[in-house]
Amino acid sequence: MGIRKLLSGNEATATAMKQINPDVVAAYPITPSTEVVHYFSQYVADGEVDTQFVAVESEHSAMSACIGASAAGGRTSTVTSACGLALMWELLYVASGQRLPMTLAVINRALSGPININNDHSDSMGARDSGWIQLYSENNQEAYDNYIMAQRIGEHKDVLLPVMVCQDGFITSHAVENIELLEDDKVKDFVGKFEPTRHLLDGKPLSVGPYDTPMHYFEHQYQRAQAMIAAKKVILDVSKEYAKVSGREYGLFETYKLEDAERVIVVVNSSAGTAKVAADQLRAKGEKVGVLKIRVFRPFPVTEIAEALKNAKAVAVMDKCDSFNAMGGPVFVDVRTALYELEKRPLTINYIYGLGGRDVTVDNFLTVFNALSEVVKTGKTGETYRHIGVRGVN
Amino acid sequence: MSNMVEIRWHGRGGQGAKTASLLLADAAFAQGKYVQGFPEYGPERMGAPIAAYNRISDERSSVHSNIYEPDFVVVVDATLLSAVAATAGLKETGGLVVNSEKSPEELAKYYAADLGGYKGKIYSIDASQIAGEELGNRSLSNTAMLAAIVKVSGVIPEDSFMKEMEASIKDTFSSKPHVIAPNMKAIERGLKEVKGL
Repeated sequence: MGIRKLLSGNEATATAMKQINPDVVAAYPITPSTEVVHYFSQYVADGEVDTQFVAVESEHSAMSACIGASAAGGRTSTVTSACGLALMWELLYVASGQRLPMTLAVINRALSGPININNDHSDSMGARDSGWIQLYSENNQEAYDNYIMAQRIGEHKDVLLPVMVCQDGFITSHAVENIELLEDDKVKDFVGKFEPTRHLLDGKPLSVGPYDTPMHYFEHQYQRAQAMIAAKKVILDVSKEYAKVSGREYGLFETYKLEDAERVIVVVNSSAGTAKVAADQLRAKGEKVGVLKIRVFRPFPVTEIAEALKNAKAVAVMDKCDSFNAMGGPVFVDVRTALYELEKRPLTINYIYGLGGRDVTVDNFLTVFNALSEVVKTGKTGETYRHIGVRGVN
Repeated sequence: MSNMVEIRWHGRGGQGAKTASLLLADAAFAQGKYVQGFPEYGPERMGAPIAAYNRISDERSSVHSNIYEPDFVVVVDATLLSAVAATAGLKETGGLVVNSEKSPEELAKYYAADLGGYKGKIYSIDASQIAGEELGNRSLSNTAMLAAIVKVSGVIPEDSFMKEMEASIKDTFSSKPHVIAPNMKAIERGLKEVKGL
């Protein structure tokens, strides 16, 4: 059952890419995602994959090359972090707007300035409205599993959208941990062959990316929005199918000790594991606490999250990214919106945490659970826009 | 979590503390353990203080933070004792392992002001000397330090560790077979020459 290995998150992503064997990878190195490009170009050099590797001169060109490759019917992949993703920005919208599936491993890193190479989610969270599906990964195993599933999700005929698979830079990308890989042939069977209905090389004339006049542009945007709605079911179906192959089950989010939880922390990526340990410690004392870890942030599981949190008394939403809007981070805003439809809503507060690689500890989460106790006791949220782990603040 | 051993490494950029923590992770993994091995990343430059970490346990640990209350601390460069809070949070039931020609008693006296009142055990090993004699380069002390922490922590049986290291070094240095035997010798001496046991 699977292949037991010790791999870093970056090696896990590169291994998934190797087993998927994409037609084209165009990438430009940037810390902390560089290793993925390094490993993968070695596979290409060693003949372990059939991929056409395009060494480009910038991330703008990397995404442009991927768009061209996907439009030509190729299964396409790339990887980046932080400023690299920012440089792709214009093209992110082009890829999803032209309904070109591809996969992008985002090794999350703070978007400067001042310059910082360490982890937070300001890069991918900034791209949350670019029409890309976003999957987040707690550890190397999830980064690997999500990357394999991402192929099938984005390429599904009801979806045809590009997919970002995110994991925390350094914290998981450069940490070695146990992992269970699938055998090469199982991955090959699972991802199958990418068969686009139309592409530039199929012999039938096709224009990709021409001027879209007011006569049609809005309809195309509507279709893109519908594709994102349809993606939710496809993600669940693909995940179910993956569970049969791997034994590992994934939903739109993971619930941890949530059934009877009165106080809940909502969190994405690596810190979810740390939050679970804090929950374990408090559960051992009989406290009703739980964790909801978001895996799929785009499409946002709005009704499902509301259903999962409807019995909680107080919820703290963690954002490893500040929106600088004097109100709260992106995860908070969406989770709170999800809860609005409930007749009886939990009280909700937001914490900005871990920016630029500030270490996030079990103690931080105990502090947050403790703050939720206060919210439950007083029945008031107090200030909802909070920060934790900032010197001089708390 | 039961049976979890947490180790913090202090070294200077270029001394191989990160590599040693990854080799320890490999060796423990080969013993069927759940392992984490990760460095703390900052400005990467030769000589700057760096930290690396290991969690080794029988069940998977989901914590993704640095280690603040380690069972063991390994100091690859003794001058760091005066530069960083090496004993911060160190459990007194564990131990401090220092690369030094000084004995544990001498270290305790010499660095008394830097040890922050640490009352636990101190171990020393002259890993730079071993590296100089076996590998011809005093700065390649990390393999002997790795052996020393394996000996002190007992986290892996010595014979399995030797076997695992041999395979790992053969793999790493497949293009330089002449460095395999000297590295194995440095590891052997690392296991034998730890003071303070």
